[in-house]
Amino acid sequence: MTTLTAACAVFAIVILLIILSYIAVRGITSINLEFLVDTPKPVGEGGGIGNAIVGSVMMTLLATLIGLPIGIGAGVYMAEFGNNWFGSTVRFISDTLIGIPSIIIGIFIYTLVVLPMGRQSGLAGGLALAIIMIPIVARTTEEMIRLVPNSMREAALALGAPQWRVIWNIVLPAASAGIATGVMLAIARISGETAPLLFTALNSRFYNYFFDQPMSSLTVQIYNYATGPFDIEHNMAWAATLILVGLILTINIAVRYLTRKRF
Amino acid sequence: MSQTGTVGDKVFRVILFITAAIILLIVAVMIFMMVLNSMPTIRQFGFGFLTGREWKPALSEFGALPFIYGTIVSSLIALIISVPISLGIAIFLVEQAPKKIATPIAFMVELLAAIPSVVYGLWGIFVLAPFVRNYLGVFLENYLGWLPLFQGRLTGIGMLTGGIILALMITPIITAVVRDVFEAVPTTQREAALALGATKWETTQIVLGNASSGIAGAVVLGLGRALGETMAVTMVIGNSPQISASLFEPAYTIASVLAANFAEATDRLYLSALIEIGLVLFLVTFVVNALAKLLILSVTRGRASAKHT
Repeated sequence: MTTLTAACAVFAIVILLIILSYIAVRGITSINLEFLVDTPKPVGEGGGIGNAIVGSVMMTLLATLIGLPIGIGAGVYMAEFGNNWFGSTVRFISDTLIGIPSIIIGIFIYTLVVLPMGRQSGLAGGLALAIIMIPIVARTTEEMIRLVPNSMREAALALGAPQWRVIWNIVLPAASAGIATGVMLAIARISGETAPLLFTALNSRFYNYFFDQPMSSLTVQIYNYATGPFDIEHNMAWAATLILVGLILTINIAVRYLTRKRF
Repeated sequence: MSQTGTVGDKVFRVILFITAAIILLIVAVMIFMMVLNSMPTIRQFGFGFLTGREWKPALSEFGALPFIYGTIVSSLIALIISVPISLGIAIFLVEQAPKKIATPIAFMVELLAAIPSVVYGLWGIFVLAPFVRNYLGVFLENYLGWLPLFQGRLTGIGMLTGGIILALMITPIITAVVRDVFEAVPTTQREAALALGATKWETTQIVLGNASSGIAGAVVLGLGRALGETMAVTMVIGNSPQISASLFEPAYTIASVLAANFAEATDRLYLSALIEIGLVLFLVTFVVNALAKLLILSVTRGRASAKHT
């Protein structure tokens, strides 16, 4: 039996290595500086992913700015005041929201933001990513805060500190490393999302620094290049993938390295 | 306690309460907006929308059955492939492998879950689809070709490839939850079995038995992921609204019809039809995820497992 179960593990690792080596080999041959700063051009004239990188960074930043305070706030609430029906409901809804297909979030933002505004925009894309981020950050924050020993709270309360001071100055700093790693993983997750951006942020062929205009992203650009008819587009898809996966794996491995003592 | 303390506490608590309430608000508004925007087709087609087999937006004919069929079949293929493999990995990691090799292997399996869907799709188009066309499909046709499942035009783009790519994507998710569930089974159970003279494999079977509802939860969670997985499937399943017995033929899932058509749907009724299938997917995954959570909790009660979601 051990042979059989070990074979399953080996199979998964082999798949991972095959995927990563394809990305590395096919991606590295198409990457150059021009590709990294140029905008998409008609086939045959080169072109690159500069505007897509800018768009992805801008929308991820917007999502983080919105998602972080709400997610951390909700996580603190669930951990510190959440032992009642309201806390359990928020916890349950957060967990189910995490499992909802991201394309559904895209539809929701389309009806809420794109239809009233009359056009796709970076704002809509950022909001969609924020909604994906909030429950993930909330649940990680809750878990990390629950790890802070009660004796620390009691010691601070005994010194006369009000409860908000205890949470703000004692509990949150104690849990901050854990929360930070959770946030990093959430950022890695949303930077790989494509489906919620397809019809919220749409795409753009130009550098765009305004959130009220359609915005390009790495992932949507990969999708367009991958499904295009020309080989040169496919090469660009692999190159853009190398950038994206390199970033995401770096975050995952860094988080793993920083938290290695706890696992 | 000082006055600023009590006022500060109240303000602080209200702010936190609001952030938590926002999560509930998001889901409530989500359901409201999607129902509101799918009213045109709900009114016009009623329940027939879900059982209709014709999808011709140009003629305003909207039947969602091909998408529901494609979603269910591709997810089933994914589960059939993924569940035994995931169970195998989890048993190996928790029950058999020494910690020194289990830790890096577990991390590498988790990395599979970190790869974005669109990247699986890219890999699927250029690596997996040719593999299915030239090797796997040919093999299945030769040995199991008497089944209607493995007959027909073999292009590499179709239901089978979609199911396989889904299987790869949900394997790390199912594995992670099953590992959690195994670790929640008390060590004393294993020691008791071993003390009674059970072999290592017999002991593992006892652990499996005790963890069974948690394993079911992991499978249901994987199902939820497979049902809603979008980009990778859209890129390899062929996107054709047909119901065919052959797994080689192209198909369509709910998520992929949304990804492929939503941006172009300008007609009010067409948009409403797409939002309504989105609503169906939303409700189904909501129920499936809730069920998974209840099943997993029945085994891991009290142990946090949000890190795998």
